[in-house]
Amino acid sequence: MLLRFFLMGLDRKAGIVLTILAILAVAVPVMTLWVPADSPFHLSVFTVSLLGKYLCFALLALALDLVWGYCGILSLGHAAFFAIGGYAMGMYLMRQIGPRGVYGNPVLPDFMVFLNWKELPWYWWGFDQFWFAAVMVLVVPGALAFAFGWFAFRSRVTGVYLSIITQALTFALLLAFFRNDMGFGGNNGLTDFKDILGYDIQADTTRVALFVATVAALALSYMIASGVIASKLGKVLVALRDAESRVRFMGYDTESYKLFAWTLSACMAGVAGALYVPQVGIINPSEFAPASSIEAVIWVAVGGRGTLAGAILGAVLVNMGKSYFTGALPELWLFALGGLFVAVTLFLPKGLLGLGAQLKAKLPGRKASPLSNAQPADQKGA
Amino acid sequence: MRRALRWLMAVCVVVATSTAAYAADLRPLVQALGSGGYSGTEKALAQLSEAGDPAAVPVIEALQAGDLYVRKSDGTVVVARKSGDAFTLTDPLTRAALGDAPAAAVEKIRINNSLRRAISASLGALTLMSPDAGVRRSAADAVFKSRDASALETLSAAIAKEQDKGVRAAMEQARAAILLTGEAASKMTDADIQAATDTLTARGDRDALVLLNMVAGSGASDVTKKLAAAAVSTLEQKLAFWAALQNLWYGLSLGSVLLLAAIGLAVTFGVMGVINMAHGEMVMIGAYTTFLVQEFFRAHAPGLFDLSILVALPAAFLVSGGVGIIIERSVIRWLYGRPLETLLATWGLSLALQQAVRSIFGPTNREVGAPSWMSGAFELGGLTITYGRLWIVIFAFAVFAALLVALKRTWFGLSIRAVTQNRPMANAMGIRTARVDALTFGLGSGIAGLAGVALSQIDNVSPNLGQGYILDSFMVVVFGGVGNLWGTLVGALTLGSMNKFLEPYAGAVLGKILVLIFIILFIQRRPRGLFALKGRAVEA
Amino acid sequence: MSAESTLLYLDGVSVSFDGFKALNSLSLVMMPGEMRAIIGPNGAGKTTMMDVITGKTRPDTGTILFEGDTDLTRLREAAIANLGIGRKFQRPTVFEPHTVWDNLELALKAPRRPLKTLTYAISRDDRSRIEEILDITRLSALRSRQAGSLSHGQKQWLEIGMLLAQDPKLLLVDEPVAGMTDAETEQTAELLCSIAGKHSVIVVEHDMSFVRALGVKVTVLAEGSVLAEGSLDAVSANQQVIDTYLGR
Repeated sequence: MLLRFFLMGLDRKAGIVLTILAILAVAVPVMTLWVPADSPFHLSVFTVSLLGKYLCFALLALALDLVWGYCGILSLGHAAFFAIGGYAMGMYLMRQIGPRGVYGNPVLPDFMVFLNWKELPWYWWGFDQFWFAAVMVLVVPGALAFAFGWFAFRSRVTGVYLSIITQALTFALLLAFFRNDMGFGGNNGLTDFKDILGYDIQADTTRVALFVATVAALALSYMIASGVIASKLGKVLVALRDAESRVRFMGYDTESYKLFAWTLSACMAGVAGALYVPQVGIINPSEFAPASSIEAVIWVAVGGRGTLAGAILGAVLVNMGKSYFTGALPELWLFALGGLFVAVTLFLPKGLLGLGAQLKAKLPGRKASPLSNAQPADQKGA
Repeated sequence: MRRALRWLMAVCVVVATSTAAYAADLRPLVQALGSGGYSGTEKALAQLSEAGDPAAVPVIEALQAGDLYVRKSDGTVVVARKSGDAFTLTDPLTRAALGDAPAAAVEKIRINNSLRRAISASLGALTLMSPDAGVRRSAADAVFKSRDASALETLSAAIAKEQDKGVRAAMEQARAAILLTGEAASKMTDADIQAATDTLTARGDRDALVLLNMVAGSGASDVTKKLAAAAVSTLEQKLAFWAALQNLWYGLSLGSVLLLAAIGLAVTFGVMGVINMAHGEMVMIGAYTTFLVQEFFRAHAPGLFDLSILVALPAAFLVSGGVGIIIERSVIRWLYGRPLETLLATWGLSLALQQAVRSIFGPTNREVGAPSWMSGAFELGGLTITYGRLWIVIFAFAVFAALLVALKRTWFGLSIRAVTQNRPMANAMGIRTARVDALTFGLGSGIAGLAGVALSQIDNVSPNLGQGYILDSFMVVVFGGVGNLWGTLVGALTLGSMNKFLEPYAGAVLGKILVLIFIILFIQRRPRGLFALKGRAVEA
Repeated sequence: MSAESTLLYLDGVSVSFDGFKALNSLSLVMMPGEMRAIIGPNGAGKTTMMDVITGKTRPDTGTILFEGDTDLTRLREAAIANLGIGRKFQRPTVFEPHTVWDNLELALKAPRRPLKTLTYAISRDDRSRIEEILDITRLSALRSRQAGSLSHGQKQWLEIGMLLAQDPKLLLVDEPVAGMTDAETEQTAELLCSIAGKHSVIVVEHDMSFVRALGVKVTVLAEGSVLAEGSLDAVSANQQVIDTYLGR
């Protein structure tokens, strides 16, 4: 049954995405570890980590596309699930430091010793075990999303209102994680990691392995997402995105459908965060900043919402642009990003992957401007 | 003219002679400070105190500072200050210069701890007689704190002479403090004790509470303890009352800031349904306009600086409103009916605007000064109210009222409502809907600019200024009920007070988190806010 | 009348929006297998009546019972739909990005829980049922067209087809022939009549010739309550009805 589920989602687009990911999973380790450093085909470990970071963002974008593209839920707080997954992984990595910290306490992380804490808070228990942390990476964002979604969808909070309260959610978490007495390292977050599963986190092989794990997670998530979309459940999701009350009158409990997609998406975002942290070496509250959630939305918009592959493409392209700008023209980065937001919403409503369809639709009568689908219409009930 | 001059001269003569007369009386006592070692100094100090002449104050202060010396050649007590290798001598009473002397020619009058205590007590007692009411008042406060029993007599004398009501109250409180804590307490009648505790209760601040608490827990007589305990509970209630009132004021003050920030949004989001994430940047632009106007005044008309804010108000309204109209015409009008896209595009604009301001003005905070009529504070009962905050509260309500009138009573307001309620019909009736859209958005943005002027007075003027307010503003509008100005008012004040009442218990950050959680839960219960519009039209 | 043998039983149902009484103590009874046409001027409360039956709007007062014992005022839309009440909206709402086939598949009577739909695989029976409905609604040739690209009339038919796929005990049909050609209107009337018998149907319609073609009992609504009930000829002769509605 599971196989059938995965096969259902396998179309031509999925084939391309999975092939590219497979090539990356093979080529990158080879080019990093076995191609000599002076060869033009050699990849530095730095580049590998950078690519890994992009793919973590791609996974976050994929998760976001699942809810925005297919259920019409524009989450402006998805980075919160990403960050929580990251913190769960960070807690495991902190516990792995053991007595090698500055204060040499075998159990307590340095910041707790610094705060004069005598024992580990209960919510840190178990994080010395990798399997426990791995489960928490899925469970904590999933549970938070479930609770939040259960309340929000049941009371029919939709559209912009939902977007604003997701923003409030991540902002509340940002403030909370800044507090030292929350026990998550406050302002500085969790950092100075040493090893993961017993391997030195700085070692080249570990970094490449983390990259491959990220590719695998992205591929698996893509298959799950496209399987869900291709199933009848996915058709219900698309149907309720466009005409929710109609779906309701057909006897579908739309709230539980949205809740399913929302929770699944949060779990994916959590995994993305968990893979991100060991590759960048730090997790701190700034990941919760409302701006990072909104930035993730633009990745999806650039690639094309409701296409899955577009989310991945958009995340990688925008972040490559960000790396370039912040290095070469830091002054201009926010102009570029801001302009991107405006340009994509005005001229590329379907994103890069929808560009072909958009052009085709435009070619016959040249009358229609790219903006023609917008007209000052009456606003929804105010 | 000549008569006046003569009169003036006469006064001068009288003053001069009277100082001289005092100086003559005090001279032997001052002289005595220099002899007989510690005990001799202490005795002379006590006599100086008893003489009750404020002219002795500089002398005693010099003694306290270690500047009082004895000239070895003739045993005269002098004030000596080191200049280079030698000392410059002055007369302690008349301050007449007495020339220089080498270090070997003078000897310091030493003081020990017991003397130090005596010195501060007698300083407190003497300054109580000062002709300056401010000095007397701070002297009374000093005695209240030190509760030095030796000051009691001087204090009583001072109270008898005191004309100023406020100063006398302070002195009486000091006296009550000495009476209740000192040995005198055991000899007092119940009525006296009652009077003393009443005086302290009337003082009504935290110091009085601490003192009464101390008395209630001390080894004093049972009556005293009982009375003090009663006074403590009265006082605690009173303090709690004022604290609540102060919180209410803080809440009102924060609420009016929120109102200012949200009210423009109530127009763009509430009336037009446009999600403008760059709203905070309109506020920021208003604040920077204020900065520019002030710079202009500083450079060209420093004398009129107090008026700069009044000029900044229309300037900020026009600048922010203008930027708003440009945004509406260039971006937002293409996105009507697509709220989520509008949200993203305006977010992009907000990033670009922030960076633009950062590039022009630099990333650091800019200094915006307060006009004199907005600085300072006054006391109202147990409340401390700063003028700046008071003006912002007044301003917020004024803007609210003006907007209400503009929407309800003017042709422009009518057009806005017509367009938002039925666009095709308004169009058919000859209202130029596109222009109304632009102007409405400009109005909302202009109001945000006004908010920026006010916020420049209490917040850092930096490119990130607006970021801090955007989420709060949306919360206020959504909480109050979209499309309802009164809802925005109630929402702003409720959230402001809630924040301030939670703060003492939960701390500022946790308080804010709790408010956010409250709003998240609230929106789930009432998705359309506090004052929701009902009916079929709402369901889209 | 006792509620027991009825399919739908409305008694004293009132709804008001900000003081405006959309329904004013409305009472209506439907027997199993019955077909009923509802007419009335704009604002008479026809759509609001459908809203309260399907759970979109909660009535302020009154009783709504389904099959004599199920209180509809306590249930949510999805639960009501699953009891066997289907609704067709005034404006055709089909799922535009989906194909005609997928639209019908979504509507088809089948388990509605998310995990069931996640693992749903179409059965032979379901397939033939969809084929059958495609036949009835004359959409067989268009089965893999996107619903969004259909003509207005085709969308109306697709939506009726979706209602059939749902196989409800009671169908609420709001203005099914609005914007249809005469030929289409006639076919639609035929279709609805063929459904009646197996299902109960409430049709709200303005088009008098269509109501006449249906040839069923008519209820006239005005200002939120029932003004007259009977055959079309009988209500047309009713002086009150003429005054408030037909006379205009």
